[in-house]
Amino acid sequence: MVEFLNVIFSGISIGSVLLIAALGLAVVFGLMGVINMAHGELIMLGAYTTFVVQNVFKGLGSPLSETYIILAIPMAFLVTALVGLLLEKGVVRFLYGRPLETLLATWGVSLILQQFVRSVNWVLVIGITLFCLLFFGAWWVVSRRPDFDRIRNLFFTIMLPLSAAISAVVGVVLAQTYKLAVTQPWFGAQNVNVTAPKWLQGGLNIGDLRLPYTRLFIIFLTILCVAGIYYFFQRTAWGLRIRAVTQNRSMSSCLGIPTQKVDALTFALGSGLAGVAGCAISLLGSVGPNTGQNYIVDTFMVVVVGGVGKLVGSIVAALAIGTVSYIIGSNALAPLLSPIPPLADFFGFFATTSMAKVMVFALIIVFLQVRPAGLFPQKGRTVDA
Amino acid sequence: MSRKISRRKFILYGSATLGTTILLKACGSNTTPTAQTPAANTTPAANTTPIANTTPTTAPVAASGDTIKVGILHSLSGTMAISEKSVVDAEQLAIEEINKSGGVLGKQIQPIVEDGASDWPTFAEKAKKLIDQDKVVTIFGCWTSASRKAVLPVFEEKKHMLWYPVQYEGQECSNNIFYTGAAPNQQIEPSVDWLLQNKGKEFFLIGSDYVFPRTANTIIKAQVQAKGGKIVGEDYLPLGSTEVTQIISKIKQALPNGGVIYNTLNGDSNVAFFKQMKDAGLTPDKYPTMSVSIAEEEVKAIGVDYLKGHYAAWNYFQTVDTPENKKFVQAFKAKYGADRVTNDPMEAAYIAVYLWKQAVEKAKTTDIEAVRKAALGQTLAAPEGKVTMDNNHHIYKTVRIGEVGEDGLFKIVSASTAPVKPIPWNQFVAETKGYSCDWSDPSKGGKFQVKS
Repeated sequence: MVEFLNVIFSGISIGSVLLIAALGLAVVFGLMGVINMAHGELIMLGAYTTFVVQNVFKGLGSPLSETYIILAIPMAFLVTALVGLLLEKGVVRFLYGRPLETLLATWGVSLILQQFVRSVNWVLVIGITLFCLLFFGAWWVVSRRPDFDRIRNLFFTIMLPLSAAISAVVGVVLAQTYKLAVTQPWFGAQNVNVTAPKWLQGGLNIGDLRLPYTRLFIIFLTILCVAGIYYFFQRTAWGLRIRAVTQNRSMSSCLGIPTQKVDALTFALGSGLAGVAGCAISLLGSVGPNTGQNYIVDTFMVVVVGGVGKLVGSIVAALAIGTVSYIIGSNALAPLLSPIPPLADFFGFFATTSMAKVMVFALIIVFLQVRPAGLFPQKGRTVDA
Repeated sequence: MSRKISRRKFILYGSATLGTTILLKACGSNTTPTAQTPAANTTPAANTTPIANTTPTTAPVAASGDTIKVGILHSLSGTMAISEKSVVDAEQLAIEEINKSGGVLGKQIQPIVEDGASDWPTFAEKAKKLIDQDKVVTIFGCWTSASRKAVLPVFEEKKHMLWYPVQYEGQECSNNIFYTGAAPNQQIEPSVDWLLQNKGKEFFLIGSDYVFPRTANTIIKAQVQAKGGKIVGEDYLPLGSTEVTQIISKIKQALPNGGVIYNTLNGDSNVAFFKQMKDAGLTPDKYPTMSVSIAEEEVKAIGVDYLKGHYAAWNYFQTVDTPENKKFVQAFKAKYGADRVTNDPMEAAYIAVYLWKQAVEKAKTTDIEAVRKAALGQTLAAPEGKVTMDNNHHIYKTVRIGEVGEDGLFKIVSASTAPVKPIPWNQFVAETKGYSCDWSDPSKGGKFQVKS
């Protein structure tokens, strides 16, 4: 009995990590059809936000510092939603309906974000901010002139190198004067450490069963996120608009729904959810520039198995994948199979974590042969390709 | 909206890219002292000047200008950047110190840093570039065994020289590599003995799924069985995986009353493992864990709370009490910031540079074959204590076992009384039992059968 409960709990806890990581992608990829390879990096940014919030709270002293996680979740959501918004406005917006280009562009963005986190320091931040201020500020001023279209090219040829040069010089001067204080990276290439608050360390003992608090917390957080998304989509005006745009873009546009705003909002929402996931996984694993890459394959797997465009599919798929990989990886079926030696040997062979992964992938491939559209396929006409 | 890119646009974008490049370049810290002139003399001059140099000598740059070029080849981007960046820092510190005190043979050392990008074919390519194009006289580099195996053919073909600073699984002994990290008998084997004596007879082995943990665990299994212990289970995690629920269940099943966990996980998985182990209630008093890839930097990244009371086996800890170490730690912190820590591979990389310098000074030339001969038998008062280069290209090192303390540093609980002789070919593994390596005698070479 304890064994059985243990399997259920472990399955759910693995599944909930998969689910919370995939939830944002279920929105971005599932609803909008954007293949966002930078999703993992958004998770990573969420984890880094948690790290920063933790360090700020450390300065506040003992009782308060234990509550950082409460603030870290909305902060992570906001920061990654903002980055997501920038990403949508700056890159993805121009590539709707072109999945290959989107894939490559977001992959590039993911690499940029990784290296950014490694090498970000004051000089870099000041340099980039100065460049943006000068260049976009000048653009804003000049674009008011009535003859902007005529001098457009001239403006770019002058302002672009000019503002780049100014910020570069400022960067070099700063680096020379303040040395290590400004050139030392904020985070560096090393992983950083997020320590769960005291009340999340340890676990709940029920008989022989032990439920770690962090796992319970993540399960709770996942339920909260799912409930929040359902509420948002089903009960609010913007949720309705998002659903309308996913179902039929041109018709919604005709009816006066601002589709561009809806796109930006949906993308920001998906990115924000990635941030929350980052906050959750920072309690379990490492926080480093590569954190996101460890999750990107799993999240796509969940969304694809669940059926693109259906949230409920992602939920069921995450729990199913979690349970199956636990059962195979820990060889939980061994007592049942012991009467049939060849079968027991077969499962025994796959009972290490890395081999279990192989088995799970094989099962998924077989499953997708049978049901190519996933567990819960979109019914009716697939709209807005 | 779609327009063709006009020439003006092209120029515009081109200059934008250029501007960004300059910006980024300016922001990147400029560390290498610019000693471009002698470098420029060697190759392009031959092409442009009418009076062509008669023989473009293939011999290393020893004779040209007043700098000696050495290569540094580590991953500065990608997964392994986490660990390798700090090794580069240590190597540059050593070079800077040597340059300040007058250089080698009266010449300054000029490091040429290349990024292996955590990608093994890139390592081989960059090694070729350093040797052929930059004509360096030696290379300090690599971390993972996979990257070392990838560059090995290049070094053998060019008969060049690599200094490899990381503890590894052994079973290799190349004439072209000097190994300044620990061989298994200087890290893994003594730590298993120590565990058997002090902590228990039942072992659970976990590791990442690649060559080092699998080879290491083969050795550990053979050793534990030979000495009366028992292996109750083993499991491997894909590199980078952070889901360890299954492993923890298995450990609980296999060792219900506690036992020893031997951990050869690498990288991110360590963090997940220790965090979740603590949450699952596996505490170090019942489940002491011995790790071989966790040093001061990793402790900082994982969090002291999760690691306190667990063990690690290395040759060097930041807390080693020698005057050389105090100097090393102080110099490192002054150069890179007070919150940085030093660890074993960094120290091994640091002494590699010094051992090479001594060998060059003994040989009185940077000629590779002469330096290779001169390096054998070099001794150095290193931060970890006295080290000596053995004839098998590995070095004598002191073995230490440390326990993670409150401050994130290691409390040394056991140390060998004298530096231990390195044994690259493992004597517990049947295929290599009875083999040895000796490069001082050309008739013996990298792998010969010892007559008993």
